[in-house]
Amino acid sequence: MKCGTCSGSCPSGRVVAFRTRALVEARATGTIDYDDPSLWYCTTCYTCMERCPRSIDITDEILHIREEAYRLGKVLEPHKAVLTYIWKTGHAVPINDAVREKRVRLGLSEEPPTTHRHADALAVVRALMEEEGVTNE
Amino acid sequence: MSELAFFLGCIIPNRMPEIEKAARLSAERLGITLSDMGGASCCPAPGVMKSFDQTLWLKLAARNLSIAEAMGCDIVTLCNGCYGTLKDASMELREDPALCASVCEALRPKGYDLAVVPDVYHFVEYLYHTYGVDALRERVTTPLSYKVAVHYGCHLLKPTKYRQGASSERPTFFDELVEVTGATSIPYAEKASCCGAGGGVRSGLKDISLAMAQKKVDSIKGADCIVTPCPFCHMQLEQVADIPVLHYVQLLALSLGVQPGEMGLEVLP
Ligand code: SF4
Repeated sequence: MKCGTCSGSCPSGRVVAFRTRALVEARATGTIDYDDPSLWYCTTCYTCMERCPRSIDITDEILHIREEAYRLGKVLEPHKAVLTYIWKTGHAVPINDAVREKRVRLGLSEEPPTTHRHADALAVVRALMEEEGVTNE
Repeated sequence: MSELAFFLGCIIPNRMPEIEKAARLSAERLGITLSDMGGASCCPAPGVMKSFDQTLWLKLAARNLSIAEAMGCDIVTLCNGCYGTLKDASMELREDPALCASVCEALRPKGYDLAVVPDVYHFVEYLYHTYGVDALRERVTTPLSYKVAVHYGCHLLKPTKYRQGASSERPTFFDELVEVTGATSIPYAEKASCCGAGGGVRSGLKDISLAMAQKKVDSIKGADCIVTPCPFCHMQLEQVADIPVLHYVQLLALSLGVQPGEMGLEVLP
């Protein structure tokens, strides 16, 4: 795994020092630094994975590295907030009053027909999160 | 008349409902029934949830799939992120019956089941492969003359192991759908590049994320607007572009004779 196709394909690697190959290699050798913010530079565009001549599932690997980081409690604050929103509302991006008004102006229902209108469905979302130990409380 | 379970996601109903409106009006004119999925949640967001806990990601996605299954419908969505999650989850569940069984075991006591995993389509994929470009062309009443910079977005095309297209390198189907409206898809250097929003990068590391979007948008010359199939790419590109960004359904609705005011479209190319 030395050809560097992955690093050369990476959109993040073009704007910031992020070397896909180094990260995947670090996992293989057990030398990942979970405090390194570059774990979170990947946009999951899958370009590297599509182009890898050795068919390594690079993007999937990176997602597994992030799972390990999450289990160690090493995540970015804004990402934790996304989890809180899902816990509270069922949505990563919940509705607000301005959008409620806009919906009504457009002739749509004030609240979308999602967990926003179905408390029973939200309870199931929370139960599934709790069972996985992801409550963000 | 075909009926589809309409998966809204988060950004469209809760931030950009004008896209929801454009989709509902377009579908009506095309004779496609979009039925609401009562109690659907976030897909869940692949960037964050798939980075944190893939078992939970799969279970929450499966609950959404199960709502469509109970309706007896396949799913259609207007967002590449939702499409990525629901499509990938549906494929993983189909490929691995044991995994599917264990997910169903968690869902069943809560009133959800997944005996049959529904098909998942992005709306543009449904239009292209099922509805058909020729059938669509017949419905266009108001051909447009815009020059369009087309942005596919990553998760519409990749990972190809879970997509209809064999390669993600030089797709043309979305350009064809754009051109059915009368518009012209113009080439630009960074057409295939990621917008930079995905993977939690936009929410977690905004500067890096926007630098990617800027690089992309800077390479667009001579376009009247950017057209995307994704509200997340849309928000991202809108932040750096000096031309309007439209979701495909907004462009389509215009070509089907919907008035901009009817769908809350304030900025026209
Ligand atoms: S999937 Fe991630 S690591 Fe791979 S090219 Fe895209 S941004 Fe880079």
